[in-house]
Amino acid sequence: MFAALANPARFMAFSRWAAPILGVLGAGLVGYGLWLGLNAPPDYQQGETVKIMFIHVPAAWVSMMAYACLGGASFFSLVFRHALADAAARAVAPLGAIFTGIALVTGMLWGRPMWGAWWVWGDARLVSVLVLFLLFLGYMALRASIDDEAKGARAAEILALVGLINLPIIKYSVEWWNTLHQGESVMRAGGSALAPVYLTPLLLTGAGYSLAFGALWLARIRAEVWRRRATSLALRAALA
Amino acid sequence: MSVVMVLLRRELSLAWARGGGALLAVGFFVAAAVMLPLSLGPTPARLAGVSSGVTWVVLSLASLLSLDRMFERDFEDGALDLLALGPLPLEIVSAIKCFAQWTVSGAPLALAAPVVAIGLGARMTVAPMIFAAAALGGLAFAFLGGTGAALALASRRGGVLIAVVVLPLLTPPVIFGGAAIANFNEGLPWVGALSLLAAYALGCVALTPFAMAGACRNAQS
Repeated sequence: MFAALANPARFMAFSRWAAPILGVLGAGLVGYGLWLGLNAPPDYQQGETVKIMFIHVPAAWVSMMAYACLGGASFFSLVFRHALADAAARAVAPLGAIFTGIALVTGMLWGRPMWGAWWVWGDARLVSVLVLFLLFLGYMALRASIDDEAKGARAAEILALVGLINLPIIKYSVEWWNTLHQGESVMRAGGSALAPVYLTPLLLTGAGYSLAFGALWLARIRAEVWRRRATSLALRAALA
Repeated sequence: MSVVMVLLRRELSLAWARGGGALLAVGFFVAAAVMLPLSLGPTPARLAGVSSGVTWVVLSLASLLSLDRMFERDFEDGALDLLALGPLPLEIVSAIKCFAQWTVSGAPLALAAPVVAIGLGARMTVAPMIFAAAALGGLAFAFLGGTGAALALASRRGGVLIAVVVLPLLTPPVIFGGAAIANFNEGLPWVGALSLLAAYALGCVALTPFAMAGACRNAQS
């Protein structure tokens, strides 16, 4: 399927339908998950604030997934020099920054009542998500500051791959520094620590976020392909 | 081997001459550290608490200073093209450049770091720890900074862009080094944090030359 979609014409035909279908499915899942989650009983410790989790945790998942997608697309673009992979890398960076921003802001809104502070520097995971946000910004800044599109793409790809080193650090920081933040509770050896009444809506919104992310990504790749087509058409018209 | 030595000698003398070399970095380091008591107030107890940590942060900033000329000068005057045609692959050339950067700017900073920290009120016993962390961390700063400098070659604005691109990547060494120094200060086990710092620095030495070489080839194409 991956190889078949590398053909731009086939990709455009596929994404034309896939993007809206994924978007509707994702919005439906997020809506249903949020409805279930908001109607769940308040937590005995966290009270009603536990419900921020249904917005916060999936955004954090998707932000890391987005960087993995950025790294993967950059790798394909660097190795196979495929234009579509480069368009995908370019398209995913602002999306990743937005999802990381959502995770940071909702995390702060949760931290204020629960920890008594908007931001806790003692926690490694908070800081590494902030670093992830800065990595997205750095990627976009590097890309924007290089005039030559091909050179900018290549430099940004190298940066994305260098930044991939940071992803495992985010993942394992929870174990490296055993600090304030909740440890891994959804997926861990010996079953989940979450009650099903919270786990079900969380998994639903997680799946919904992922599908919505896929839809937005496809739509942005399509926009990028069109932008390139428009640029080359304008160039051809100017030369004619 | 002799080619490597010739190139290393060239890079060392260039790095020494480039923008004041060691003097500039150490000067910035000391001047920025002087700002700390001026902004926090002269209370010794308060200064002593933050001295080693602040020293470590200012150190990482000071190591960003001379990065923008690292590849740019050779790129502008065509020396980088000659180096690319020469007998050594660009990966080795980049590694030698970073090593020279570390020798000329990182090592003097590592020597100055304990002096600055003690001047701010850190205990004498922490000096070897700060030196070790600064020397190891400086290695990571030089190689990651070189990566940023090579990536920024094709861009219009070097300096600030390098800082924006590189600073997020500097967080792991800053965290590990800071943790090693803080644990040492409090009498906690510090070997783990220092080993992580060493591992990160050596990982940078091993991997970033490929990124730098790719970035240089891209800028030259």
